[in-house]
Amino acid sequence: MDKIIVGLKRVVDYNVRVQVKSDGSGVETDGVKMSINPFDEIALEEALRIKERGEASEVIAVSIGSTEAQQQLRTGLAMGADRAILVQADGDIDPLSIARTFQHLAEKENAGLVLLGKQAIDGDNNQIPQMLSASWGRPQATFASGVEINGNTARVVREVDAGLETIEVDLPAVISVDLRLNEARYVKLPDIMKAKKKPLDVVALAELGIEAGPQIKELSYAPPEERQRGIMVDDTAALVAVLKDKGLV
Amino acid sequence: MAKILIVAEHDGSALNPSTSKCVSCAAAIDNAEIDVVVLAASTADIAAQAAEIGSVSRVITIERAENKDALAAVLAPQIAAVAEGYTHVFGPSTTFGRDLMPHVAALLGVNQVSDIMSVEGSHTFRRPVYAGNAIVTVEAPQGNIVVATVRVASWEASPGGNTAAVEEGDVSVDLPSHTRYVGLESETSDRPDLQTAARVVAGGRALGSSEKFELINKLADALGAGVGASRAAVDAGFCANDMQVGQTGKIIAPDLYIAIGISGAIQHVTGIKDAGTIVAINKDEEAPIFEIADIGLVADLFDAVPALTEALG
Repeated sequence: MDKIIVGLKRVVDYNVRVQVKSDGSGVETDGVKMSINPFDEIALEEALRIKERGEASEVIAVSIGSTEAQQQLRTGLAMGADRAILVQADGDIDPLSIARTFQHLAEKENAGLVLLGKQAIDGDNNQIPQMLSASWGRPQATFASGVEINGNTARVVREVDAGLETIEVDLPAVISVDLRLNEARYVKLPDIMKAKKKPLDVVALAELGIEAGPQIKELSYAPPEERQRGIMVDDTAALVAVLKDKGLV
Repeated sequence: MAKILIVAEHDGSALNPSTSKCVSCAAAIDNAEIDVVVLAASTADIAAQAAEIGSVSRVITIERAENKDALAAVLAPQIAAVAEGYTHVFGPSTTFGRDLMPHVAALLGVNQVSDIMSVEGSHTFRRPVYAGNAIVTVEAPQGNIVVATVRVASWEASPGGNTAAVEEGDVSVDLPSHTRYVGLESETSDRPDLQTAARVVAGGRALGSSEKFELINKLADALGAGVGASRAAVDAGFCANDMQVGQTGKIIAPDLYIAIGISGAIQHVTGIKDAGTIVAINKDEEAPIFEIADIGLVADLFDAVPALTEALG
């Protein structure tokens, strides 16, 4: 296989406790730590391992979004991606447009594999890899916890509700990764220095001629209904008594 | 009027309860006519079960050998073809539906509404984002078909007792051969299914090993409960991946949820928010799980769990 494309989305960091803005227009992102979507980091790690096994020649990190996403691409380059592409666009971009943009790049680069996180931890949509599979007309293997490349095919273990499912797909293909696929490597300082010299191309989404999907409008944001703190009991006997009293056991 | 198509989830013979919950969601839309489509290698038994679901008008069967295993790239073109004339297509937000429905949406040229929690209008829905830290109200465009997944934990099963008509669907589309099913590794157990169990006992990192995780299983058996786990417990290899509860695992709504040795990270809590009663047992009185638990017990789980099993067995 020649090239692997990996998607890196810039999202609010995993550890931030997100707050809804008081006017309901969205969530507070001012001054909030931003990071690579954790699933995308795992996707990049897997791409790097495939390349290190000699099964791919180049790993291209791609982000579609604001200029600030260059930070996440630089982190991706420091992890070991060979080059990066920022498809620059402001504001929210609908998932179908993003899938079509990945398709455009996969075709242009003649990629053998597109590795993406199964979902982004902001929108929790879980749809771009599957949409890319549909628009590109290539196989999808979602929620991967094991990936094995065998020439022109890949064998993928998928985390599904019933257990672990294995499928085989012809390449090129789209694989969306789950949490247990691997543990992403730490970036070392010399790698960060080296990454500054790696190519990072910026293209405007508007110049690619991608047809946007029909927009789903976000009308308002609200905080979730909170569960109230309940009672504390002193010991298991008291716990059993309360459960029996409530008719739960 | 809304004309809604539900994609049935099944294991080849039994209909998954997620299908009935999707019907409940569809029935929350005014003037909805609801059909269920069953794609399988052998559809008769599954279709008969779907026909019993209340509010269903018709069950459409698409029987092809290629539909034996649920491969999204194989099922999606058939669903996209059947979807013509419908205003909505819904599937469950289980791994089956999450895998399949966005593929269907893209074939139909629309974006997907993921994880519908509530229906505000024919095209307006509420859904969770940021691991459930925010709920967003979204509006799908009026002129397009609505493709969505239904957050099954937010919906009760639709009542049974119906006798909807069963019809063979007429679909002729070419199916890809680029994706092949190899097999499923599944831990068989007699315990209730985690996603539909009325009671669930779940263990976390504090269990320390797969041997000690047995304590959770024993308590579950004493209660006739399903077994769940936090991501940390699954990552550490204490139990199987399909037991993970939370943002990236299963979202469940049992009547009783007992969290043992689980600290209560927001990513876990989002998977149990709809539970009836949450019980937490943890050694650390500062554990965030106590902020949302209905009943809390600060205790060493290695003392408390055997005592609880004994008392309830």
